[in-house]
Parts: sequence; C-alpha cells; structure tokens
Amino acid sequence: MAIALYRIDDRLIHGQVVVGWGTPLNAGAIVVVDDALAESDWEQDLYRMGVPPHIEVAFVSVSGVPTMHAKYAADKRPTIVLTGDAATMLRLADTIPHAVREVNVGGIHHRPGRVQKLRYVFLTGDEEHTLRDLASRGVAVTAQDVPSARPVPLADILAGTQC
Amino acid sequence: MAGVRAIVAGHGQFPDGLVSAVGQITGLGHLLVPFSNVGLGREEIEAGLRALLVQHDVLVVFTDLPGGSATLAVRRVMRDVTGMTLVTGTNLATLIDFVFSDESMAPAEAARRAADKGRTALAVVSDS
Repeated sequence: MAIALYRIDDRLIHGQVVVGWGTPLNAGAIVVVDDALAESDWEQDLYRMGVPPHIEVAFVSVSGVPTMHAKYAADKRPTIVLTGDAATMLRLADTIPHAVREVNVGGIHHRPGRVQKLRYVFLTGDEEHTLRDLASRGVAVTAQDVPSARPVPLADILAGTQC
Repeated sequence: MAGVRAIVAGHGQFPDGLVSAVGQITGLGHLLVPFSNVGLGREEIEAGLRALLVQHDVLVVFTDLPGGSATLAVRRVMRDVTGMTLVTGTNLATLIDFVFSDESMAPAEAARRAADKGRTALAVVSDS
C-alpha cells in the first residue's frame, strides 16, 4: 500500500491522525515533513509520546523527501505523510514530481488573516493559491477531517459555502 | 465557594461533558474549567491553555488522549511553566476523586491520587 495518505494538518500528529486515520488505514508509519521539527529532538519526542509503539514515526526536512519517499513507497506498511501547511506540501510534491496524486486537507485552523472555508479549514489568499498550484500539478485536493466524513473537492473548499 | 482547581482539556465535547458529569454527581463541577480543542490550531490551543492557567491560577491539567493536541500543548507549556502537573487518559472517576481531595493537599499530589483512582476504575465486565 506504501504511502496511503498525504495530509495537511497544522496539528501534525494528534488524535485524529493516529486514531481516526491510523486505525482504519492500519498505518505502520507516520512521516512528518517539517524543516523545523526535523531539527528539534525535543519536539520529536513530544509527538512520539502519543503514537503507539507499532507505528514508526519519522521526521524529515523537505530536502529529505526523495529519500523518505523511496523508503516508504517501497514499504508494505501503509504510511501517512503529514505537513503542517499547504506551502510545505507543495514543496514536497515538487520534490517528487508525479508521485503525489491526492492530498487530504485535514485541518488548517483559524489564525489572523485566514478566512473560514470549512469548519476545520481557514485559508489566507496565499494558501488558496498554493492549493490551486497543487491541483494544477494534477494532484486531487480534497478536505476531509476524518475518514467517515465526505471528501470536499477543492472548488467547494475555496467557495467557502460549506462552513 | 472554593475556586477553580484544574483545567480539563481535550477533544470535542469531552471536557464539557466530563465537567458537567462531575457537577451532576458531586456538585463540584465549578472546581474544573473545560477547554475544547474544537476549531483551534496548534498555537491557539497552547495560547488558550496558557490563558486559562493564568486566569484561574492553577497548575493542574487533565486531558483525554496521551497523543492528543491538548496534551501536546500542555507539554509545551510545561517547558517554561514550573510546577505543572498533567494527567492524561482522564476519566470521570479520576475527576471525581480529584474534586473530593482535601484542599490542604498539594494539587500535584491530589492529581496523582486521582489518576490512581481512575486507573483502577477501568474494568471489563463480560459473561464470556
């Protein structure tokens, strides 16, 4: 199954990811792509604390994505790949052209300058452009906080009519 | 009336529900303040918790999931706020024991005893 989910979630590893997605996907690994986290042992330990021991957790910088992708794409265990923002996901996708087919927007929460699009998605103008850029590369971008929810297509996210 | 003694933080309506249940059973729900992570990003959860800790002058936080965003936020707060106690995996039995603890007991000790009580309250009843 290799990489089962590419997800943008500003909370990164948390209950919704580990339990909500990790359980039905039978995830064997969670990879966080984040330049700052890749340099912080303390933050990594913090995130590892909440992950059951049978799930491998890795933290890589964007520059480490090709190596990461080669490893986990060949792994039989389903893997969840997380970024904390849309810009990092775009950089990730550009690092491994055509490898990322679908991106799940799982949670981009309120912050000054962001406009609410869904209950769990708030975007700045730049972030809207970034998600469009992802889509222009052939990536199917949908929002879906948990597996039981209906995936919301990018056009509907940006329309902001489903708040 | 005694003041707030702890924050109860977690997912969805879990914090409100637990505090409501504590109030229903003991009449002491006012000793706890619920804080839900619904709709909040990582920084907002941390900022919200910091604000509540200062507002109510408490150092004990109960959370639901060990790896949940509220728990992670409390762990970040604990990096620069000394004397804090975090109890995660909280259940109703834990909170009931905590609100009944003697006011003269140190909050951290009361939290530890409450966690022990909550742990023993977890049971499986089955006829097979």
